[in-house]
Amino acid sequence: MESLVGERRISYDARGLAEPNAEAPRVAEIADGRAVFDAKDLTTRLINLELRRLVYEEGVRAVTVRNPGSKHSLGVGILQRCRITFEGSLGYFGCGLIDGPEIHITGRVGWSSCENMMSGVVVVDGNGGSLTGAAMRGGDLVVRGRVGARTGIDQKGGTIIIGDSVGSNTGFMMQRGRMIICGDAGPGLGDSMYDGTIYVGGKVKSLGVDCVPGEWTDADTELIERKFRIYELGTPPSFQKFVCGKVLYNYDNLEPSERRIVL
Amino acid sequence: MCGIAGIIYRDGSRNIGRDMIAMLQSMKHRGPDSTGYALYGRSSSGTVVMRYKLADANDARDYDFQARLQKHRAEVEARIEQAGGRLQSVEAETEYAFRAVVQYGGDLKLLTDLVEDVPGAEVLSIGQSLEIIKDLGDAETVGEQYALDGFTGTHAIGHVRMATESDVDISGAHPYWAYPFGDIAVVHNGQLTNYFYWRRRLERNGRRFQSECDSEIIAVYLAEKMSEGLTLSEAMRKSLEDLDGVFTYICVTKDALGVCKDELAAKPLVLFESDEMVALASEEIAIRAIIDHEIDTYDPYEAEVLVWSL
Repeated sequence: MESLVGERRISYDARGLAEPNAEAPRVAEIADGRAVFDAKDLTTRLINLELRRLVYEEGVRAVTVRNPGSKHSLGVGILQRCRITFEGSLGYFGCGLIDGPEIHITGRVGWSSCENMMSGVVVVDGNGGSLTGAAMRGGDLVVRGRVGARTGIDQKGGTIIIGDSVGSNTGFMMQRGRMIICGDAGPGLGDSMYDGTIYVGGKVKSLGVDCVPGEWTDADTELIERKFRIYELGTPPSFQKFVCGKVLYNYDNLEPSERRIVL
Repeated sequence: MCGIAGIIYRDGSRNIGRDMIAMLQSMKHRGPDSTGYALYGRSSSGTVVMRYKLADANDARDYDFQARLQKHRAEVEARIEQAGGRLQSVEAETEYAFRAVVQYGGDLKLLTDLVEDVPGAEVLSIGQSLEIIKDLGDAETVGEQYALDGFTGTHAIGHVRMATESDVDISGAHPYWAYPFGDIAVVHNGQLTNYFYWRRRLERNGRRFQSECDSEIIAVYLAEKMSEGLTLSEAMRKSLEDLDGVFTYICVTKDALGVCKDELAAKPLVLFESDEMVALASEEIAIRAIIDHEIDTYDPYEAEVLVWSL
């Protein structure tokens, strides 16, 4: 029996580092600035090494990865303008810490995808796990399906767009940025958020502490229509807007000089 | 961390042993200490299958070890007869773990208590179709040791354990059988914070626990609720009110498989459902280990209870 992640495929050094001597497998076919390779029999480390070789050393600007097989931590740390398509699904921590690429995932993503994403675009055709877009700082993240709990936790910038519903504590401790949720939101929406805006097209089970309805402006309409147009999401539903009420203890404890800056 | 998995085939028996080995092996990184399986094979009326052990894999092998095992094995078999059971077969799966098929229609608690009165004996499971196999090592090691590739049945659950709060031994490994109720087992990922409250409460009702592991509470709790007349789904919903902590657990009975997530959805679970089967696991990579084509999966939400029946 073959194991995808078992000892037969991955070696560790004395410090516990996986495949310390691994090198890019050089399996991609490159033509006209585009590259394609099959990830089915490659480990996470080999897939990422091949991706980085193509993007950084070969200067390829469009890479297609076939059969990613829900492996974890794929496509992380790409700091280059390029296009990457994963034909299939990603496991946990996919596309984290990226700065610049446009990534299309035809399947789903697991927990903590696009964590700390700095810029670029990620479009997921399927569903997402919990913690999608955690601590995201910039760029657009679009998940066409539903996502799990704590979506956009600690979000610091950028826009997260969810085509369906989200789980509990979405937008927990959100600091900046926007979240557009076309379906329903679970309990505790926007709990302890500092700033930022959450739009919900469906029902909200309950609002978290210090998350309150916000006043709708023309800028909100413009943003929603623009994002729906760019990502071909159809006609926008009627959205509710939620923002931070700024009455939590952390605002009360500010020094007068700090209060002027923050509020 | 730990990893859990479950599978139920709606259209008849399959090689669930092989499926579960593949699913659990792909999650070895979530827990390399021990691996456990609860498999539901063919049942025949009037007989029960009892899985029990007389020692642990990492017990010290002193000079009397083998003689003591032989003596205790004979005592267990005598106790089964004493309870009114008729032994049809006893297979030694390892030097310390056994599988007995017993013609028996009496009280399972009586049978279990008599067997466990033998020094070192612990009943891992009992039921008409439930068989729990658990031991130290990864899924392939345990699967090979107990010849599980080829075990046919309708549904199964499994667990890979990273020991955090109790020893690395068989007693600490999942799944847990719901003593003294037959054919009910649970695997759990998480931590219960009102463990001692429920343990004392259930012990006052006459339940005994084989381990110090909080997960064992869930199995016994659910079985007790079902014995009071609740369905599996109702019992699992009630557990959302009664159990504190973070948890995702899977419970199986003779003819159903259910999953429950706590109200914070703090522990992962990915689900795939088709007309033929339902597969669920802590990580999608485990489902991919048995399905080689693109599939659509999703995470159940907080406080969600889902049950599938045969």
